[in-house]
Amino acid sequence: MTSLDLTLALPEILLAIFAMAALLGGVWFGQDRVAPMILWLTAGLMVLLAIVVGVGTGDPRPVFGGLMVDDYFSRFARILILLSAAAVLLMGQGYMLRQNLLRFEYPILVALATVGMMVMVSSGDLITLYLGLELQSLALYVMAAFRRDSARSTEAGLKYFVLGALASGLLLYGASLVYGFAGTTRFEGIASTMQDGQLSLGLLMGLAFMLAGLAFKVSAVPFHMWTPDVYQGAPTPVTAFFATAPKVAAMALLARLVHDAFGGAPGDWAQILAFLAAASMFVGAIGALMQTDIKRLMAYSSISHMGFALVGLAAGNAAGVQAMLLYMAIYVAMNIGVFAFILSMSREGRPVVQISDLHMLSRSQPAAALAMLILMFSLAGVPPLVGFWAKFSVLAAAVGAGLIWLAVAGVLASVIGAFYYLRIVYYMYFGEARDEALDNDMGVVERVLLMGAAAAMVLGVLNLFGVDGAAAIAAQALVR
Amino acid sequence: MVGLEHYLTVAAALFVIGIFGIFLNRKNVIVILMSIELILLSVNINLVAFSAHLGDLVGQVFTFFILTVAAAEAAIGLAILVCFFRNRGTIDVEAVNVMKG
Repeated sequence: MTSLDLTLALPEILLAIFAMAALLGGVWFGQDRVAPMILWLTAGLMVLLAIVVGVGTGDPRPVFGGLMVDDYFSRFARILILLSAAAVLLMGQGYMLRQNLLRFEYPILVALATVGMMVMVSSGDLITLYLGLELQSLALYVMAAFRRDSARSTEAGLKYFVLGALASGLLLYGASLVYGFAGTTRFEGIASTMQDGQLSLGLLMGLAFMLAGLAFKVSAVPFHMWTPDVYQGAPTPVTAFFATAPKVAAMALLARLVHDAFGGAPGDWAQILAFLAAASMFVGAIGALMQTDIKRLMAYSSISHMGFALVGLAAGNAAGVQAMLLYMAIYVAMNIGVFAFILSMSREGRPVVQISDLHMLSRSQPAAALAMLILMFSLAGVPPLVGFWAKFSVLAAAVGAGLIWLAVAGVLASVIGAFYYLRIVYYMYFGEARDEALDNDMGVVERVLLMGAAAAMVLGVLNLFGVDGAAAIAAQALVR
Repeated sequence: MVGLEHYLTVAAALFVIGIFGIFLNRKNVIVILMSIELILLSVNINLVAFSAHLGDLVGQVFTFFILTVAAAEAAIGLAILVCFFRNRGTIDVEAVNVMKG
């Protein structure tokens, strides 16, 4: 029994052991000189583990007596998390080197955060949920403050820490109420205490607190205040990481919690999620309109996108979960492409992040400008690009569940949101000519990821690379 | 006789004090760290009270996990605060305003 449990949890265990060994090795062998090697090893191991998780067969079954669950849903989420973490690590290396920031702790922190996320998405118990979430959060707090000598970065770390710890507190208080009123911390145990779709008042309070805590982590309105400041203040590779893997993990955890533990009472959480979704879509779209810093703009953009992903969850059925997973996969691909470009934005060797720096980019770097144009159109949801199909699938799921008003709100929010994406395109192609253009020295990894993401947005129209089918299987595993 | 509801009331009061401590406090970041500890302690009281009431040990196991993680969390919070103090020379809550949302 135990050996099988260990086999199923092997990816998490290997990555955790690797992180600790790398920490020892980094200290032993001359610290930051080995940082690039550790970074490549970490990224390589993550890709390898993604393959291991992907080819893993066998029926879904509980691990460690139900503390963790190894099913198709957790496999889908873990593959997405591992691949995006590896991509973000690799594309951030050049920036970190140029900024003299590449300490050997950086890839180790990413690895530890990734272990936390993998535990989160495969948790089957409130204790596992909490431990995974904290392992992820603690690593992310440190990463936000990674540029120790910068007032902005440490301020971002401090804000993220205070609000993140508050969110953990809310989540825990909810968890304690759920434990008290359900008498167990197991998700299936909680689900079995529910009779005919009615939650007792104590469970309902616990659910509301837990949803509030998780809404912080996915940066859903009204718990989004930290997002713009943290995105702006953190070093850009860290921002890129924040925008991708942790969002997938938190969203998947939310899906697992509401379906595995509270699946018997969809009416109670679906309306909370529908409110969060509508508010996030609009606040994200309107907040981004006035931004001049592209990292702040991406923060509001991610708030808005989280709103759309929540629309899928609010539908409360398998189609909704499938749409949410598809949305997250496409969102991560688009964000990796955009951040690969933001990482390379510099003038005379110094990084710049103003949107006005993009004026007439099409003249100095036509290929990058074209890739960004495709990505911006895709983020805005212009058909026929892949981003449109992502939005279409979540809105269709909402309509299918009878949430017509939410789908209408989604369409309106995406129309507002299109303005600021198209403004970037306007600057790149029809802006004022500037004397000094951006440096044209994009690293190989960044260029490959930018072009790859843009190409995927166009080519994916054919069959979405089969992600759709995988998401359907994953959703079937979760919603029974 | 002190029953479950008394413990839950104390825990709820501590929780609310912690939340208010974070939002009303305008002076010092250390007070925020103390408020966070207060919130986590209220959760622990809840869990232990429920655990005793239900006759189920899982709640107390959960409490030990929370205690451990809270220690790590406080360490990381203080470390970030030290970095912040080195850059700004102050830990006033009012000073955490280089970036405006």
